[in-house]
Amino acid sequence: MEKILRVNMSDLSVKTEDVPEAWKVHGGRGLTSTIIAQEVPPTCHPLGPNNKLVFAPGLLTGTSAASSGRLSAGAKSPLTGTIKECNAGGTVARMLTRLEIKALIIEGQPKDDCWYSVHVNKAGVTIQVETETIGLGNFAVVDKVEARFGKTVGLLSIGQTGEFKMNLANISVKDPDSKLRSLGRGGLGAVMGSKRIKFISFDETGTPLVKAVDMEKFKEAGKRFAKALTDHPVSGQGLPTYGTAILVNILHEAGGLPTRNFTVGQFAAHDKISGETIHDTIVARGGKPKHGCHPGCVMQCSQVFNDADGNYLTSGFEYETIWAIGADCCVEDLDDIARIDSLMDDYGVDSIETGVMFGVAMEADILPFGDGKGIMRMLTDDIAKGTPLGRILGGGTANVGRIYGITRVPVVKGQGIPAYDPRAVKGIGITYATSPMGADHTSGYSIATNILNVGGHVDPLKKDGQVELSRNLQIATAAVDSTGMCIFIAFPGLDIPDCLAALVDMINARFGISLTMDDVMNLGKYILKTERNFNIAAGFNNQHDRLPEFFELEPIAPHNAIWDFTGAEIDAFWDF
Amino acid sequence: MSEADTRITVRLFASFRKGRFIEAEESYPGGTTIGDIIAGLDITPKEVGIILLNGRRAEPGQVLEEGAQLALFPLLGGG
Repeated sequence: MEKILRVNMSDLSVKTEDVPEAWKVHGGRGLTSTIIAQEVPPTCHPLGPNNKLVFAPGLLTGTSAASSGRLSAGAKSPLTGTIKECNAGGTVARMLTRLEIKALIIEGQPKDDCWYSVHVNKAGVTIQVETETIGLGNFAVVDKVEARFGKTVGLLSIGQTGEFKMNLANISVKDPDSKLRSLGRGGLGAVMGSKRIKFISFDETGTPLVKAVDMEKFKEAGKRFAKALTDHPVSGQGLPTYGTAILVNILHEAGGLPTRNFTVGQFAAHDKISGETIHDTIVARGGKPKHGCHPGCVMQCSQVFNDADGNYLTSGFEYETIWAIGADCCVEDLDDIARIDSLMDDYGVDSIETGVMFGVAMEADILPFGDGKGIMRMLTDDIAKGTPLGRILGGGTANVGRIYGITRVPVVKGQGIPAYDPRAVKGIGITYATSPMGADHTSGYSIATNILNVGGHVDPLKKDGQVELSRNLQIATAAVDSTGMCIFIAFPGLDIPDCLAALVDMINARFGISLTMDDVMNLGKYILKTERNFNIAAGFNNQHDRLPEFFELEPIAPHNAIWDFTGAEIDAFWDF
Repeated sequence: MSEADTRITVRLFASFRKGRFIEAEESYPGGTTIGDIIAGLDITPKEVGIILLNGRRAEPGQVLEEGAQLALFPLLGGG
């Protein structure tokens, strides 16, 4: 029987509860957002005792369904002040399902100054005072926790920045190779730090395999779904071969690769940091061009990147990180970017927010553009040590912009804008403006249709059709984020009709229910509205659904495009 | 180079680079279309995912003008 597990850090108590009827249809983002909206006072301080941190596997996580192992985490974000959901790969999501935990809710706050760790296994939950790993980076935490509980232990942990409750702080999730994936955005690592939890470990020993109510139907639908994923050129060939960084050259050519803190849409050194170059470098140095972020993924878009001597340097080296440190901060040396990626994983900071923040810090002359060594030094000597400068930088992009009097500060609702310029790719600008998460590309990835010609085509430089495109994608994405599926299933999903039909069939077979495609789309609408209503109650209104003014004032080369949507045009997004 | 010839820069990406080139500037007869260039590279139309002409989406039937910058990608995705 699936259950809800509550860990209360105020009195160090644990409660196991039946799943409320209204929560049974939810998983992943749908469940974390439902719980936050229902139980967290929207005006609470994100780092205070009334915020909650919720972890939930998706509806299909733990089954044999391909690419279904994503974990959702939800809370009120200290970076944005909005509701937040992040999702990541790793092995914890599957373990939660195997342990029959539909959601793990961390609430309250210790009254003392102790740090704690939480261990979850078949027998229950153990909360212990933690000393050994305090002050350590995530890689050392992995080593210590594996020494304590064994190599196969599942792990959620925070680095030094989470202990400092910095807005940059993420939550790391151990992957199948004892490396890290990230619940990256919105400072959820600070929320975990505010609960005084350094890590949560999981042991699935002795748990049964996850079975569907109708195994035959589940297997049949699962085969159709996996076929769609392997048949589609993007999920079947492009992503496994070149990984996500293939987008560097595409966005450069399209003039939408934000460069030098969003002052130009092309990066002269693009070929030094491109997916093609990374692929060839990985192969030449004996790394792995293909790597799964969670067990059972067929797309394997991640990779293991070695240094020039053939030794492991980093993994999960993704487009957004490479863009942020590369083009946005003008760091041209791929090995420097890889070293920075590894440091960011170790100290536990969101690589998008950190890169965008450094772009603004460079504009503020805190360090020069292109200074990769300077980024490494400030990450290690300031951010990971919590010096006064480290605290300023650790506060995130908006914080640094405010403190240094910078007007070109690429954020929406306080969150750094990712790797696509909204002037040159207008659909993603609507997503940045309207997503309840703040600027977030994954919540409505218009790049698919604006640039990649997946799911048709909408001209990225014109306003026509962008609001509708973003709306449809955000609704579908909210639903997909509830299943535990990787968002990249959207590529076949947009082009192969049976892909999403098979996905719905799997959910129905898993639970013995009969959802229609309309039901699933209505679920997406419910999630978006629930998240938006939380934000409204927290003090946000439609005036916060806007891009920074500089996008309207500064045309971006090469297309000399500007952001030209009116407020009313953006607000029409919510007409559903 | 005759007067009717046009100078065109072609850039190839991802798997299109294998056995071909990364970037090449050459002159082509006037009236050359994007489709002509693709066919000349021994790439089938089905393999082509993204065509960008001077940074904007283009169709295979479009005629290329002097100084055109043509970028050809297979179907790709990421993010």
